[in-house]
Amino acid sequence: MTETTACTLLQPKEYKSKVKPVWCPGCGDFGVLGSITKALSGLQIQPENAAIISGIGCSSRMPTYLRTYGFHGVHGRALALATGLKVARPELTVIATGGDGDGFSIGGNHFLHTCRRNPNMTYIVMDNQVYGMTKGQASPTTDPHWEKGKLTPGGTGINPFQPLVIALASGANFIARSSSSDSNGTAKVIMEAIRHPGFSLVQILSPCVTFRPEQRDWKNRLIPAPMGPTSDPAQAARRLLTDEGMYTGILFRGDRPPYQPRPEPSIDNIAELDEEFRL
Amino acid sequence: MSDSTQKTQQVIGTTEELLAYSLALEIEAVERFTELGDQMEVHNNHEVADLFYKLAEIEGKHVENVNKASAGKELPNILAWEFDWIDEGESPEGGAMEDAHYLMQPWHAIELAKHGEQRAVAFFKHVASNATDKDVEAMARELVAEEEEHVELLEQWQQRFPRPDEGWDDDLDPPTMVE
Repeated sequence: MTETTACTLLQPKEYKSKVKPVWCPGCGDFGVLGSITKALSGLQIQPENAAIISGIGCSSRMPTYLRTYGFHGVHGRALALATGLKVARPELTVIATGGDGDGFSIGGNHFLHTCRRNPNMTYIVMDNQVYGMTKGQASPTTDPHWEKGKLTPGGTGINPFQPLVIALASGANFIARSSSSDSNGTAKVIMEAIRHPGFSLVQILSPCVTFRPEQRDWKNRLIPAPMGPTSDPAQAARRLLTDEGMYTGILFRGDRPPYQPRPEPSIDNIAELDEEFRL
Repeated sequence: MSDSTQKTQQVIGTTEELLAYSLALEIEAVERFTELGDQMEVHNNHEVADLFYKLAEIEGKHVENVNKASAGKELPNILAWEFDWIDEGESPEGGAMEDAHYLMQPWHAIELAKHGEQRAVAFFKHVASNATDKDVEAMARELVAEEEEHVELLEQWQQRFPRPDEGWDDDLDPPTMVE
């Protein structure tokens, strides 16, 4: 707590744009929007110094609802765009946002390699275990026995993707899980994720009340992680493989240096530039 | 809607701190009702949207009142997650967004608002009973009385609307329909 007068600081609502979200009433993504604004306010990041990058899906609408810079990109490519931006403009706070389908299926390959590359940015995945925008198909994180997907009667029958385990194995430097029902707690986790050097993954359990109404009960099933974050990947792996997906909190803080290529020396004469393109 | 039964042992030490809590609570209420109003407007539920906007306007007056009471005092700037509310870390009048539904009726909107006020009563009662400072206790009791009055007003308001029948959320053309 600081002894500063609140009105001199940027308040969370000042990070919101004037566009009204079109998410379904009751959607968890409203809580995440609030958490992002609280985290940005907590860090007092000027809106022009932050960029929110997304792919496609309900949660990928996030940049529209914020007053920071933003880019609503193509399906599954949020991390590729965000990495490019961070490398070109390292002074910006870059946050990629999206859902489980966008991030782990269509964008699955980018996810693996962004974890490996470890750029200094944050990835917020609003995981509702369903494709909501396209009306309720099973996603990579859907339980194999979920029978209500029109394309998967009887369930998918295949193991769900384990994003935190995969992130750890691939080299992500900060791994956390949170819930949209805990907007303030999630804000703190996002703030820590932004502060931590390297690639930070925050999986936020964010119910889809339209296609997965049973997820309203998630908030009663959450378990605060019994131990603080570890920097030991082996210990983190043991925890992540046994937590049944409901432990919340910061689960891993690594110490790998972030990826940041040194800028190429600029070419300032036409002959050199010509040489670059000679076949 | 969850019950505010989880008490913490946090003690508010000064009236400035209590005013900061009170201000945050009312600001969250304004933002929450505005957001709910926007949600209903986007989903063409204009009657409930107007009601939420009205509730936001009323909460805005409460913000003004707290600001007046804070005149000349320097309130601490407490970050959202540093507040020690008694219910899962969320402000008493700021949570339960998942209870919104695009077909909800005025009765539900007031029920949701009433629940927030009841949680606020529980919070300030908790502060009063744990206070170690006489001024904090007195102010917390005043706030309890105010919030109880709000609950009563909402109960009267709610009586103007019939309690919706079972199946109020049935939709003959639901958004889940695959075209």
